[in-house]
Amino acid sequence: MRALALARWVRAWRVPARGHSGHGAHRPPPQQKVSVEVLDHLEHLALVDFRDSEGVERLQKAIEFADQLHEVNTDGVEPMDSVLEDRCLYLREDDVTEGNCTKELLQNAREKVEEYFVAPPGNIPLPKLEERDTFLQGS
Amino acid sequence: MLRASLRQVSAALKEGRVTPTELCQQCLSLIKGTKFLNAYITIAEETALKQAEASEERYKRGQPLGVLDGIPVAVKDNFNTAGIETTCASNMLRGYISPYNATVVQKLLDQGAVLLGKTNLDEFAMGSGSTDGVFGPVRNPWSYSRQYKEKSVPKSHSEDKESNWVITGGSSGGSAAAVSSFTCFAALGSDTGGSTRNPAAHCGVVGLKPTYGLISRHGLIPLVNSMDVPGILTRCVDDAAVVLGSLAGHDPKDSTTIQDNFKPFELPSLTDVSKLSIGIPKEYHVPGLSGEILALWSKAADLFQNAGAKVLEVSLPHTRYSIVCYHVLCTAEVASNMARFDGLEYGHRSDMNESTESMYAATRREGFNDVVRGRILSGNYFLLKQNYEKYFVKAQKVRRLIANDFVKVFRSGVDVLLTPTTLSDAAPYKEFIKEDNRTRSAQNDILTQAANMAGLPAINVPTALSERGLPVGLQFIGRSFQEQQLLTVAKWFEKQVQFPMIQLEEVKGHDRDVFQHKKSASFS
Repeated sequence: MRALALARWVRAWRVPARGHSGHGAHRPPPQQKVSVEVLDHLEHLALVDFRDSEGVERLQKAIEFADQLHEVNTDGVEPMDSVLEDRCLYLREDDVTEGNCTKELLQNAREKVEEYFVAPPGNIPLPKLEERDTFLQGS
Repeated sequence: MLRASLRQVSAALKEGRVTPTELCQQCLSLIKGTKFLNAYITIAEETALKQAEASEERYKRGQPLGVLDGIPVAVKDNFNTAGIETTCASNMLRGYISPYNATVVQKLLDQGAVLLGKTNLDEFAMGSGSTDGVFGPVRNPWSYSRQYKEKSVPKSHSEDKESNWVITGGSSGGSAAAVSSFTCFAALGSDTGGSTRNPAAHCGVVGLKPTYGLISRHGLIPLVNSMDVPGILTRCVDDAAVVLGSLAGHDPKDSTTIQDNFKPFELPSLTDVSKLSIGIPKEYHVPGLSGEILALWSKAADLFQNAGAKVLEVSLPHTRYSIVCYHVLCTAEVASNMARFDGLEYGHRSDMNESTESMYAATRREGFNDVVRGRILSGNYFLLKQNYEKYFVKAQKVRRLIANDFVKVFRSGVDVLLTPTTLSDAAPYKEFIKEDNRTRSAQNDILTQAANMAGLPAINVPTALSERGLPVGLQFIGRSFQEQQLLTVAKWFEKQVQFPMIQLEEVKGHDRDVFQHKKSASFS
């Protein structure tokens, strides 16, 4: 009796035999490898480095995975920023209700002078690829 | 006393059968005894005892603050807790002592709850195993249960029984393990792609993801601003409702919380389900879903139908793109949210001092692990000018399609959806780490993720034990802001399945009375 009951539900759920490998019915053509220029650009933008070939591979796979999005027809669909888009955002009155916590805010900083956070000199861009200590050098 | 539910122990406190300090001390002692689980990163022993003492004073005067007064709780380590280290299991925030309490933490403390400590997680809540934090992986308490041990066949006499422990799931694994091993009565987790429900399913506890906008995110270190919610982990559905009641509501410090008045509710004990309509989304029958879970899901559907509810198959056609969409939106938001970690105002700071940019770059290289960096870089790729429309905006459009799928189904009269929570029971750690974090997340988030996309409330209810003796749970997804209905159905289901209690062994130096073995009928 149990088997029958199961079968009633399971039958209705049979997945269409279209080759569900978890990657979509038809794989998009393999992406071109991301160029070193773009990788370098990403390292600059993110201020995070790829560290090794695994890191680059990871990005490559991530892009391949994301390419499945292109299978979906989104003509005439508006992008959705927030699930609460039908509601008005709460805005409070422009009154000062808190502050005066300089000491607490400075507590967690390593380098500070009086009430300033101390940063190394700015306006100096990261060295170019050839001069930087990055895995991408020599790619 | 420790294996009682939150409400039971609260009643006991009120009646004076136990005092808050006794309770707190028992929990702290149990935490020490279950250290091998690695569920906690920080144990706030002194402050917890102080809070317990204050609570005791209140009970003596007959003026407890509420149901939560004196109840030991734990909080995931990505919530800010004033004066207590908040690390997000990352080197980037090691040693960071928050200057403020997250709103949800403050609410718990205002109700008199006793904060035992911060629980372990995947680094910055990125992951589905609680294995990728810098403090090491969390072990599932069920690995040490009699139920699991009886079913596992040792490969050889010399095999180290330590080595086949199973993961908790993630990323709120520490919180789930803490609740499951009786060291606290409720724990806070966070849920962005299933991070509360996944470990809840693997650890056999109730994991509630509330509707986006119901509970304040102020103080929760953000991962994906448009999908994050604080999650609630408890041992039974009634307890989850109690905690929800104290946490929900508008917060002026979080403008994404809705302004509607929230009224805490008590769950009715449903006896008649004939007016209910349960939807079974067929796309959730994904390849990779274990036969066991499929059978359990099917049985649950039968259970509802035999009790008189209307059970029907529904379709959420864009389900299989949900995980891809999440991947793009998540990495994009992560790239933005992680930009704040530069070492200047808080957190780890590199010694590199040549320029601001090089200091930032070095700090981030030293502070983040591969998973986090990988997501930041992917996110930045999708946000490049040349890719923005193609990936980010496209993903936002797909998100609307996914959200609309749910709207259509609920509009057709379905009250609650019933789906599996995970693909299988908890995997052994050795197996889990064979694939990288992104692959595992893509595999494991598949059933839980869509609810975050649409902002809907969802709950995992522990259902039965698998053939390996490990917990398996089922998920209910409800309508927006209809937590009362969702939890009522979940409570009814919980009562029907009678999920067995964990029979923990190997707890050193602890009172035997705590773990009385109890036989109970089970749903398998």
